[in-house]
Amino acid sequence: MTGPVLELDGITKRFGTLLANDTVSLALAKGEVLALLGENGAGKTTLMNILFGHYAADAGEVRVNGKPLPAGTPRAAIAAGVGMVHQHFTLAGNLTVLENIVIGAQPLWSTSLHRDSAAARIRELSATFGLPVDPDARVADLSVGERQRVEILKALYRDARILILDEPTAVLARPEADQLFRILRGMAQSGLSIIFISHKLHEVMDASDRVVVLRGGKVVAERATAATTPAELAELMVGRAVTRPKRQAHATGAPVITARGLSASAGGGMRLDAVDFDLSKGEILGIVGVSGNGQAMLGRVLSGLARADSGTLAFQGQDIARLTPRQAVRLGLGRIPEDRHAEGVVGDLALWENAVLERLPEVSRWGFVRRAMARARTADLIRRFDIRGATPDTRTRLLSGGNMQKLILGRNLAANPPFLLANQPTRGLDEGAIAAVHAELLQARADGAAILLITEDLDEAMALSDRLQAIVKGRLSDPIPAEQADARKLGLMMAGVWTQETAHAL
Amino acid sequence: MRFERREDISLPALLLAPFAAIAVALVLCAGLIAMAGVSPLTAYAEMLRGAYGSRLAVTETLTRASPLILTGLAAAVAFRARLWNIGGEGQFYMGALMTAALGHSAVAALPLPLAWAVLVVAGMAAGAVLLLVPAILRLRFGVDEVVTTLLLNFVVLLFVGLMVEGVLKDPMAFGWPQSVPVASALRLPDLVPRSRLHIGLVLAIVMALVVWIVQSRSVFGAQTRAAGLNPSAAAFAGVPLTATLVKVAALSGGLAGLAGVIEVLGPLGYVTTTMSPGFGYAGIVVAMLAALHPVGVVAASVFVATVFVGADAMSRATGVPSFIADVIMSVALLAMLTALLFTTYRVRR
Amino acid sequence: MIGSLDILANASLWAAVLRIATPLIFGVLGALVCERAGVLNLGIEGIMTLGAMVGWLTVYWGGDLWTGLAMAVAAGMAMGFLHALLTVPLGLSQHVSGLGITLFASSLSYFLYRLWVQVGDLPPTIEPFKPLPVPYLSAIPFLGEAVFTQMPPTYLAFAMVLFVAWVLGRTPLGLALRMTGENPHAVEAQGLNPIRIRIGAVMAGSGLMALGGAFLTTGAFNSFFPTMVQGRGWICIALVVFASWRPGKALLGAILFALFDAFQLRLQTTTPGVPYQLFLMAPYLLSIVALILVARRARVPEALMTPYRRGER
Repeated sequence: MTGPVLELDGITKRFGTLLANDTVSLALAKGEVLALLGENGAGKTTLMNILFGHYAADAGEVRVNGKPLPAGTPRAAIAAGVGMVHQHFTLAGNLTVLENIVIGAQPLWSTSLHRDSAAARIRELSATFGLPVDPDARVADLSVGERQRVEILKALYRDARILILDEPTAVLARPEADQLFRILRGMAQSGLSIIFISHKLHEVMDASDRVVVLRGGKVVAERATAATTPAELAELMVGRAVTRPKRQAHATGAPVITARGLSASAGGGMRLDAVDFDLSKGEILGIVGVSGNGQAMLGRVLSGLARADSGTLAFQGQDIARLTPRQAVRLGLGRIPEDRHAEGVVGDLALWENAVLERLPEVSRWGFVRRAMARARTADLIRRFDIRGATPDTRTRLLSGGNMQKLILGRNLAANPPFLLANQPTRGLDEGAIAAVHAELLQARADGAAILLITEDLDEAMALSDRLQAIVKGRLSDPIPAEQADARKLGLMMAGVWTQETAHAL
Repeated sequence: MRFERREDISLPALLLAPFAAIAVALVLCAGLIAMAGVSPLTAYAEMLRGAYGSRLAVTETLTRASPLILTGLAAAVAFRARLWNIGGEGQFYMGALMTAALGHSAVAALPLPLAWAVLVVAGMAAGAVLLLVPAILRLRFGVDEVVTTLLLNFVVLLFVGLMVEGVLKDPMAFGWPQSVPVASALRLPDLVPRSRLHIGLVLAIVMALVVWIVQSRSVFGAQTRAAGLNPSAAAFAGVPLTATLVKVAALSGGLAGLAGVIEVLGPLGYVTTTMSPGFGYAGIVVAMLAALHPVGVVAASVFVATVFVGADAMSRATGVPSFIADVIMSVALLAMLTALLFTTYRVRR
Repeated sequence: MIGSLDILANASLWAAVLRIATPLIFGVLGALVCERAGVLNLGIEGIMTLGAMVGWLTVYWGGDLWTGLAMAVAAGMAMGFLHALLTVPLGLSQHVSGLGITLFASSLSYFLYRLWVQVGDLPPTIEPFKPLPVPYLSAIPFLGEAVFTQMPPTYLAFAMVLFVAWVLGRTPLGLALRMTGENPHAVEAQGLNPIRIRIGAVMAGSGLMALGGAFLTTGAFNSFFPTMVQGRGWICIALVVFASWRPGKALLGAILFALFDAFQLRLQTTTPGVPYQLFLMAPYLLSIVALILVARRARVPEALMTPYRRGER
């Protein structure tokens, strides 16, 4: 056995006051699958971006096959045989698969793209590694799974011997994820070395040979996968015993929202196709699904950004199929947007301005904002919802993700809304913040709110929901009670298997 | 070298930025002046004297600043809402033309304050309509307003030519293409006797204060800021994006139109196709130098007016082409743009 | 109206169309190259003005016409470098920087012209390009006069369309440029430097724009005077959208536009009762109409006007 193919030695990286990586060292052997496990914000992505050359480390060294890699150039990393599959795919949708793969492979000043030989080579790589994709297809027309194959092919086309995958299953359904790990395993057996980043314990346990746990920018543990347990990894990852609050069974009340045959297609993206659901007072309905299956459209319709094409949507007997955001606020429909940075807050405005933006008429007179009143309200929100390190005049951009989410929760829940849309409410948050958000949602449920929870996190869905429905290609499954749900069953539902017939066919 | 976002906008850097930009512009343009064989210090001293050396010079500078304040506000208001109104020049001419058209009509027979009110409203409306067209084209068809506002400037200028050589032509102007003068009773009173400085300056400053208060204190101002900074979040919170943009367009176009109104009712009395030395374009420079702040616009307008009036005098005295004023302005604009970067970013390594 | 349509069968009209189209072809190609790499270059109007001035001045000072064009290209590339510096590594607003470049380049042109050239009652003139009949081809009836008896820069403009189309579509450089306009992060992830590619594209595009400006003073006219570009740069920006960012369609757009322009020029002389301003307005209004027609269908480069900063998404 020769030495490690890859070594990170004492990597340190600072962003302003944040220490993202603190003297991180790790090594990767030939043919090994290494999982880099950590919470959001633990420094995993930063570390891999340093390894691939997107960032230059403040201190430390990367060595490939014993040779130091020059800092801060992806070109050097590629030349050394390192390939990276980014979490947010780095593809150009308007160009073809082939164009996306061959770019950078040839000297810029050569006079031809040699499309034919490139296409042949791509087909050959596809066949060898089980990554079928049409070289001439436009990337924008591909499914998410196919795009990921293109990303992997990009690395293989450049003769990568070390493959880094950042959260590769974030956008995949369970069966697709399983297939991906089978392919990766095959690659490792043929001599490639693989690092994948994850925060999902089950896939780390299933797919890796070894686990390195990162917390707060430091390596806190390294374990052979066979010699550890999910419970141990969970504790190492979080660093303390954080217990998420658990839903207590209680009787639900009168129906609040009823949807029948609701369809919507406005503005592109996956459409919503004749969905039915009911939601009662004091109930949480969990909608689970792999991202890109129509959740966004459902969220847009319920927050008043998109109008339904057909079907009915009734809120306490009132038709809201053609809702606007202003009506939603007036009617008392609370809304937590899918992306808090893009839709939840205006980062460059003060906290108080974001707190009252939805409700300006309530805090204004003669068309002028009553600033003292708005600030007082915001100070109240900061207290009640435990928004830390902030005053009403803090620039909202400076809040951590968790505190930003508490602000959004707070401005919705302060008015005790009869309905709350919670769209991916804990995406990108750390365990402590997740627990706090869950506690608030459960409190709102106890206070009688009807909550529609849209999530990709099955643990979250099962912990909070009274009933669950899966969303696949714009269609909703029939609901199942939480008591009948488990990860396997939900995984199958999210893959589109929810009727008896299709289950048997599988 | 990398840029790292500052946690908060640096206020000292923001206050320093325009002065740094102006200094950079003056230093760089000193080279051009030297190329003309004139000592830059002499030239700048001549410029200062030309702009402030006499009572008349001061009033001329402030006269020049008055419409600039309004076109500067027009650009500032629009840019803050991410509406790229480059059509201030055309809107200025629309306001001017409307004033000339109504200024010798039945409106002139109205009692004075009312006649002024009618002319101001009509001129602002004319400017507003000219910007509403591109704004609506953007909202309805997704047409970029930069190109349409720019192209409309040329259309409007030709339209003004059509009018002053046609129905509005002054038969007493010895064949010069200029419009019939507005009734002399309608001309704005002078602020300083025996000068061209008129109460339009006061009106412009009042407008700056009004815009400031509306922007910082009103519901409309809050909605505009939110829509400009993050349109999706603003829409999610129920800010009516379309209506907000239309209102901003009306306000911006109206302000530029008002500049045309006061220029006709103030120093000129009539319309020609060469009455604006680029007030609309200079308004963009003014707005940027002011970092889009309405009160800063007043100060920036005085600076730009100083350069223009001073450069004319300096050119007569030294022979340096007066186009140096435009060069100074454009370099100041580019330098300001760069300086603003350092208010939100710091350089690392 | 029948009489005015007869004009279309006139070879000299088509010869004029290609002459009028020449600066637009260079300008629209230049804007297209910049935008395909993700940078809007509103400096075009000023860069064309500067190209017109520098090209003319070089010849006025004794250089030959081709040296004039080369100097114009160099000056345009210098302005392009300035615009690229501000908008690419510094990531400043492409709108404002472009307008600043236009103000700077045109005022600098006027300043230097006034400084270096003695202008009497009429602006001084140079000996411009002469039509160069292509051997044999110029003898073809109609086509010979309309297409093959043009000034050399006009032939260059057509060649440039083919060249730009070939580079963009068929070479690794063109692929890298297009990818930079679609997703610069993808370019960086493949080991190329999107910042350098953008700077290069903006410089090359600005050189083409200046070439279009230089044709105005060395081909279409024989003197330089302020405001002579007359919004042609803005029209080129509109034509790029109209052409959906494709070189072939850009050529078509420029020719259609020039046809319209030549047509209205003839109508001005044949219908003296109509104020000439109405005819002059038409090209600008036509550009706006063209934008309205295509705006919804246009496939904009995805990263157009999005500054790229490493590590910032």
